[in-house]
Amino acid sequence: MPLEFYTRLIYYAYCNTYRRSSLLSHPNENAAQVSELIRALRSLLPPESVLVDAEDLRPFECDGLSAYRQLPMVVVLPETIAQVQSIMRLCHERRVPVVARGAGTGLSGGALPLADGVLLSLAKFKNILNIDPHNAMAIVQPGVRNLAISEAAAAHGLYYAPDPSSQIACTIGGNVAENSGGVHCLKYGLTVHNILRLKVVTMEGELLTIGAETLDSPGYDLLALMTGSEGMLGVIVEVTVKLLAKPERAQVVLAAFDDVVKAGEAVGAIISAGIIPAGLEMMDRLAIQAAEDFVHAGYPRNAEAILLCELDGTNAEVSEYIMAMRGILTASGATEVRTAVDEAERQLFWKGRKSAFPAVGRISPDYYCMDGTIPRRQLPHVLRRIGELSKEYELPVANVFHAGDGNLHPLILFDANKEGELHRTEEFGQRILALCVEVGGTITGEHGVGIEKIDQMCVQFGSAELTQFHAVKTAFDPSGLLNPGKAVPTLHRCAEFGAIHVHQGQLSHPELERF
Amino acid sequence: MIDLDLGTALQQQVLDAFQNETPLSIYGGGSKAFLGNASHGQSFDVSKHRGIVEYDPRELVLTARSGTTLKEIAATLVEANQMLAFEPPHFGEGATLGGTIACGLSGPRRPYSGSARDFVLGCQILNGRGERLRFGGQVMKNVAGYDVSRLMAGAHGTLGILLEISLKVLPRPAASITVTRECSPVEAIAGMSGLLSKPIPVDGACYHGDRCYVRISGSAQAVREARNKISGDVLPDADAFWQALREQQLPFFHHRSTLYRVVVKPATPPLHIEGTWLLDWGGVQRWLYSDEDLAAIRHRVELAGGHVTVFRGGKQSEDIFQPLPASLMAIHQRLKASFDPNHIFNRGRLYTGL
Ligand SMILES: Cc1cc2nc3c(=O)[nH]c(=O)nc-3n(C[C@H](O)[C@H](O)[C@H](O)COP(=O)(O)OP(=O)(O)OC[C@H]3O[C@@H](n4cnc5c(N)ncnc54)[C@H](O)[C@@H]3O)c2cc1C
Repeated sequence: MPLEFYTRLIYYAYCNTYRRSSLLSHPNENAAQVSELIRALRSLLPPESVLVDAEDLRPFECDGLSAYRQLPMVVVLPETIAQVQSIMRLCHERRVPVVARGAGTGLSGGALPLADGVLLSLAKFKNILNIDPHNAMAIVQPGVRNLAISEAAAAHGLYYAPDPSSQIACTIGGNVAENSGGVHCLKYGLTVHNILRLKVVTMEGELLTIGAETLDSPGYDLLALMTGSEGMLGVIVEVTVKLLAKPERAQVVLAAFDDVVKAGEAVGAIISAGIIPAGLEMMDRLAIQAAEDFVHAGYPRNAEAILLCELDGTNAEVSEYIMAMRGILTASGATEVRTAVDEAERQLFWKGRKSAFPAVGRISPDYYCMDGTIPRRQLPHVLRRIGELSKEYELPVANVFHAGDGNLHPLILFDANKEGELHRTEEFGQRILALCVEVGGTITGEHGVGIEKIDQMCVQFGSAELTQFHAVKTAFDPSGLLNPGKAVPTLHRCAEFGAIHVHQGQLSHPELERF
Repeated sequence: MIDLDLGTALQQQVLDAFQNETPLSIYGGGSKAFLGNASHGQSFDVSKHRGIVEYDPRELVLTARSGTTLKEIAATLVEANQMLAFEPPHFGEGATLGGTIACGLSGPRRPYSGSARDFVLGCQILNGRGERLRFGGQVMKNVAGYDVSRLMAGAHGTLGILLEISLKVLPRPAASITVTRECSPVEAIAGMSGLLSKPIPVDGACYHGDRCYVRISGSAQAVREARNKISGDVLPDADAFWQALREQQLPFFHHRSTLYRVVVKPATPPLHIEGTWLLDWGGVQRWLYSDEDLAAIRHRVELAGGHVTVFRGGKQSEDIFQPLPASLMAIHQRLKASFDPNHIFNRGRLYTGL
């Protein structure tokens, strides 16, 4: 797919989220201490790797969730592990918080800087250190872009499976920190299923090796804990990933439905038939039309829902599954079933799906992307409720859905310049996430909690779980200086938020007074 | 056997143990009691807390209480033509789901489909303070909070008592065959690791008694096609072979001496350690009976980037699991203290001090 298409796509993701003034702006009190710190950092790094001027800091003020912005005190761009270690030691000694950053494509504000903190960019760690085709693995630095790994491995017939839509820009370090998924996770898993080993620098500056170059390692599964830890437990400075053999063939089937519920049921029917598609995506009418107008993917504009179903494997296997799939989709009431005629059409079908966010960005001044996951059988109920809420809040919603694994991306359309719309949007979004939790799902399937969903964590978890999360954090980072304030709310914050998490009739934080 | 929710009773017992600082030795079916360091404590039976709580084949998710036997789970899944894709070894009739996840053991499919921990979606545990906690959930994708449920896999019960576990399950392949041929260990290792970069649906590969065995599974067409790309003869009654491998019932495992589990990178050439070898997991998991000194074995394997577990028949005085560097051990100790401050669960089973 052309580069400029992706660049545009990411640009939209950045610019169409709503804006609001920064939440975290504590002006730094002690100027002398700051300049002393900067002097110390400059003694560790070349001058061009320590940024302090506002104009140099600007590109780092937000991630993909541009609603939240904050200039950091200083940005450092180390290029060796030893430099990362000495930066961490220095900051630990001086009690300065550190936020790690990859490409800044995160959608939950995980890499949002702190006004009194150091922003540690891994941008210079962009070397692929080793591709080992005999063991089907690669060792890469954290700043390597997701897609670059597959490109480098292609010569050996191998690739790195997780493929977030942002894969041309996002880094493998960020993928590990968010446990990112893609459209192929139902069959190939998330980041956590595709990495073997990490090198991590702790807040104290110690270098840890977690996992091994082989399939397991002694002790607790710290690799699982690190994956999805949102930069809270350590700075990832090297990643060993598993590579897979490229399938001989991939083919996509498009099915149209006159009813979203039927489309949802078709997904269940496919799984029941014993087929695990490589990708299984669903879009509703508004998303279909927006995508069609944007990239002319050839989607049926009048359908209430479409399913995109990718099958991969050996040649004969794919042919066999396509036949089966067509039968199932027709029996599930599809009004049209189409197989991409060639690779170009297959790419086009996917382009429509992968550009759904920017496509929606074109039809609305702003949109807000949600990321809840639900048990698939709840889909009709959840879509109906979202429809009702959409009427209640008078805000349209386009639904894009990783149907195979139950990960919903409702996009709420709004205009931040209209009085009160932003507030209504946020409240609407919170209701959607609460609904996901209510039906047995989660507030975030792949975008992370960051700063954005920190209050919703109080909805999903009780105080005992949250306390345990804080203890896990402390086990890695006793000083609490790594990415503070993200991912896990304090119990006080939950009490203030008025958490509604009720387990078996018990209020979630009874020990805390209500405000 | 009847389904029973003993969650509340177990919670009370753990609360008492926490208050009295009574160490507990957790057991389910007792089928994996041989694994790990000796742990002294009051026997704590979780096997009666049992039953499948929820299973909807369309969701590919099964939730069961920890005392549910693997046998029952397998039988239930077969009815819907599904399976636990990590092919867990049972090591005994009574093997429970809780013990399987706590030990984190996976069978021959592991390199191709994933490990026990890979299939864990969520769990409910009792921590060492007797609190009932829920992590993860019943959905495929969930990044809210740290991944504590996967941390439980392979923790050998030292961080909490598993009460309920949700797992991802998968459809059983429509067809499967096993191709076998005689070859040297060097050829077998090259062949098995070479398969990793070929688009062939392999889901098992081992080397045993001068023969390499490769299992191919998938749609009928896929298996037929792949068969022509792999040289060798089709093995009759292949299911029995893989089951015997998984359950350590092949004649190879009839030794009386110490059984080591050596884990290395797949393409690692044969290691020069005196003894008899069986290579599973496409060359990654290598079973070894050897009279050589444990320290010497560990040293050799460590140089190859791997690690060694004394799987069966180890001495009390030895470290069953490969010792950890001090920096990692410190994190382990802090994690242990955070889940189980009085160190009541399976004290010492994994490492001294945990
Ligand atoms: C258009 C668009 C499409 C997207 N599609 C998907 C998708 O399909 N699936 C999906 O899962 N996500 C998707 N995302 C979200 C995002 O791309 C992923 O979360 C990605 O993994 C973030 O990587 P990054 O390098 O940009 O990380 P950043 O945004 O820089 O950082 C993300 C978090 O990781 C931490 N971090 C980064 N690097 C390190 C490190 N080396 N060590 C420790 N912590 C670190 C940061 O502190 C922060 O908390 C999309 C985003 C956009 C803009």
